[in-house]
Amino acid sequence: MANAKFKSKSIQKTEAAPVQRQTDQALFLRPTVDIYEDAGSITVKADLPGVSRDQLDIQVDGNTLTIEGKVTIDMPEGMESLYADVKATRFRRSFALSNELEMDKISAEMNNGELSLHLPKRAELQPHKIEISVN
Amino acid sequence: MLGFSTGFDRDLFDQFETMRRQMDDIFGDLSGPLGIRSVAAGSYPAINIGASPKQVDVYVFAAGVDPQCLDSSLQQNLLTVSGERQIELPEGAQAYRRERFNGRFKRVITLPEDVDPDKVNAAYHDGVLHICVQRKEELQPRRIEVK
Repeated sequence: MANAKFKSKSIQKTEAAPVQRQTDQALFLRPTVDIYEDAGSITVKADLPGVSRDQLDIQVDGNTLTIEGKVTIDMPEGMESLYADVKATRFRRSFALSNELEMDKISAEMNNGELSLHLPKRAELQPHKIEISVN
Repeated sequence: MLGFSTGFDRDLFDQFETMRRQMDDIFGDLSGPLGIRSVAAGSYPAINIGASPKQVDVYVFAAGVDPQCLDSSLQQNLLTVSGERQIELPEGAQAYRRERFNGRFKRVITLPEDVDPDKVNAAYHDGVLHICVQRKEELQPRRIEVK
């Protein structure tokens, strides 16, 4: 278990980007995720089997959170594939974040190929109960 | 569209793959009959099998499983992998997506017939169970020297 690295960069718009994305997409596996919310935060759990901590890249680009990971498994030399469910070696999935989340305080943990992302909400935006007075 | 959302769907490419499978279902599989123990595409866990002259390697992509809940056995050339994955949602949390597999699983895989059931080792690392079975030596191809 360890914190994964984070990178943040500003949005750069280039003309070629959409084309690039489309060709890339065929090469990526889409990790399955669970997403849930409680009073203080949103949690994203993603299955990234075969991705080690240093092959994991999590980026927040503007409002977009992107999870990317490279599958590294040792294979003996001269191995021929007999059967393959997994035909690509990279995982990628993106999510649009909303403003009440604190981008700088997102934390990540990797355990047995399972990524846990913790996205805390801004303290001032956390819900507080409205008291209803009864006359 | 029919199909399952578990496992590794790959957007565009996967849609073609799903379409191809559906065509197979309707018009019959041109690549021959299905394995009796084969499972539907996208079942958890995904499995890759590779073979080299000396060994057969099986990779089971089972993320987030407690290694103690994983069980694998080899009977002749029949490999069984089973386990249990328990995903618990914290109390009071609101779930938006629950795509990940939760529960018990079991897969039975037929390996090439020349594997040696006594020479197996298995390791679970980064959510991948890697089972390596040696092939019987007497059956390995031998180089014939030409004099």
